[in-house]
Amino acid sequence: MKMVKPGVYFWQGNEACAEGAITAGCRFFAGYPITPASEIAEHMAKRLPQIGGIAIQMEDEMASIGAVIGASWAGAKAMTATSGPGFSLMQESIGYAFMTETPCVVVDVQRLGPSTGQATKCGQGDVMQSRWGTHGDHAAIVLAPNSVQEMFDLTIKAFNLAEKYRTPVIILADATIAHMREKITVPSLEEIEIINRKKPEADEKAFFGFEEVPPMPAVGEGFNVPVTGSTHNEYGIRFTADPMVHRKLVERLNSKIENHVEEIAEVETYNFDDCKIGIVSFGCTSRAVPEAVEEAEKRGVKAGYIRLKTIWPFPEKKVEIMAEKAETIIVPEINLKQLFYEVERASKGLAKVVPLNKIGGGELITPEELLNKILEAAN
Amino acid sequence: MVEEIFSIRKYLRNLKLPFCPGCGIFTVMNSFLRAVHNLGFENLKSFVFCSGIGCSSWISSPYFIADSIHTIHGRSIPVATGVKLVRPDLNVVVFGGDGDIVGIGLSHFIHAARRNLDILVIMINNMVYGMTGGQVAPTTPFGVKTTTTPYGAFEHPIDAPKLAVTAGACYSARWTTAHPKELRESIEKTLRMKGFRFIEVVSQCPTTIGRRMGFKNAGEMVKWFKEKAVPVEQVEKMAEKELEGKIIVGEFVEREKPTLTENIQSRMGRLRIEG
Ligand SMILES: Cc1ncc(C[n+]2csc(CCOP(=O)(O)OP(=O)(O)O)c2C)c(N)n1
Ligand code: SF4
Ligand SMILES: [Mg+2]
Repeated sequence: MKMVKPGVYFWQGNEACAEGAITAGCRFFAGYPITPASEIAEHMAKRLPQIGGIAIQMEDEMASIGAVIGASWAGAKAMTATSGPGFSLMQESIGYAFMTETPCVVVDVQRLGPSTGQATKCGQGDVMQSRWGTHGDHAAIVLAPNSVQEMFDLTIKAFNLAEKYRTPVIILADATIAHMREKITVPSLEEIEIINRKKPEADEKAFFGFEEVPPMPAVGEGFNVPVTGSTHNEYGIRFTADPMVHRKLVERLNSKIENHVEEIAEVETYNFDDCKIGIVSFGCTSRAVPEAVEEAEKRGVKAGYIRLKTIWPFPEKKVEIMAEKAETIIVPEINLKQLFYEVERASKGLAKVVPLNKIGGGELITPEELLNKILEAAN
Repeated sequence: MVEEIFSIRKYLRNLKLPFCPGCGIFTVMNSFLRAVHNLGFENLKSFVFCSGIGCSSWISSPYFIADSIHTIHGRSIPVATGVKLVRPDLNVVVFGGDGDIVGIGLSHFIHAARRNLDILVIMINNMVYGMTGGQVAPTTPFGVKTTTTPYGAFEHPIDAPKLAVTAGACYSARWTTAHPKELRESIEKTLRMKGFRFIEVVSQCPTTIGRRMGFKNAGEMVKWFKEKAVPVEQVEKMAEKELEGKIIVGEFVEREKPTLTENIQSRMGRLRIEG
């Protein structure tokens, strides 16, 4: 076994993501090359065999997520990593993983779309794809790291949530975070919480119901588990004739996430419940926020922020609390308004919500631009 | 007969099968389970079945008392890849239709053969998209009318067993539902083999395409398979013209090669994933 030793490192974001996965117990990786995510596949290809795992480059992204799902049912913690175009190709299987309650982690290192757009540049245009990319009624867990440290920490959290709730979890990173190098601290293994899926007792048979999160056997353990993306009863047997079976199943799959927003949705806040101007942001864009807020305060403007570490489920209560006091909430993002409408909805008309958008060339929103917007709103 | 039915019942859940009367899928299901029985498997615990979407994909799931992963359309082989890489000790078998395996899923089929992924793929070639009501498939014979080729198919069908040979399969064969004995023996043989193994079964879908092809019932179609079948050994002696409209049956390749898992193991010294 060759786990990374606790200590301080100077890592690239993608490298931190791969090491975070390995620390979380990931032992299977399948992927297809794409900028700006390829380093994750390269790092996994090197590292997984050293610790008894397997990494394989598949023929496309549909095959990659397929292999990840197969590996998960064979009992391994498994992950794939891609960017917007590949993420689109994975959507059908992400829905399948949701419907079959297959724990797995999908990393989307966002680049600038639509289509091949500016493939090497940073973007934040997959906010809604990460939530609604697959068809049908589903819930999504989407985490948004904003530092190399969080590429490590949130990847571990992604595996923990995937295992705990038996569902696919998406890491919505971006080219900036994935390619930057920063200092990172790897804690000792004892300090890291690792969650593993609940296994069934020998005589259990209901792997798809009754409990909010049912136990999950692996294939080859003698449980004769039938896995299907079609509507199924608590035992996994396809049952499409009765609307109640579908209703019960799909409502449970959604509520097992929606009932735990408080636990799943992590935010970082500053004066969020007592500010005149609030900012809600995530990922690379959020890195400009603390400086802009500090400068605004120096100029006598009471500013605060909510930084989403979890985008979905959306922490709407926090935003509502912000809106109760704030006059204006600014939503900076390098897309053409995706998170904006969600913030507006959660604000319930209590505050004015204004967008701050910028796309092209991978240019980020600077602290100055944000400060100007804050001052503009304050006057 | 009673004994035969009894011999395969033990592998089946007590559920009503969904296939139409006369469907060739029954023959494939029977042949597979009889092969398993003949090989002395008391149950299917050492197997994992992966299938996609289509009538043919229903063979294993949920009817077999076994671990079965019924995937989305066309992706059974990728899922089987993940299963097999993590659990090389399990017998991974894929069932699928022609549309599933060599239509939407074709690329995975070729790559699994190229990798020599250690699985058995059984493809039911009914020459049509049965489940969706009889649309043209990549296997539909030239000229045949389907719901999406009302003036006759204007493309030539794919030769999947030949493709498997070229891609690197360890075993590749074609039978029809008129060859249940050969099919069963072929399955028995391949279940004892290693590497990527492929069996195509030309099968009747009386419901969607049988009538359109001019057959009154399933029996007529099976009879036609028998008449049109040419053993692969005879092909060399026949002119191309003579082979037109024929179904070449038999074994196209049988060879040994290191499997994907063995190749990974020899490079990385790893077989089983540690907890
Ligand atoms: C992505 C996707 N596209 C289309 C379908 C609709 N569909 C269901 S089964 C099928 C074709 C099945 O044909 P085949 O694999 O030959 O199986 P058969 O029913 O003939 O046995 C199609 C196109 C689907 N389920 N998913
Ligand atoms: S539609 Fe065709 S392939 Fe499907 S079950 Fe009926 S006869 Fe068989
Ligand atoms: Mg078919």
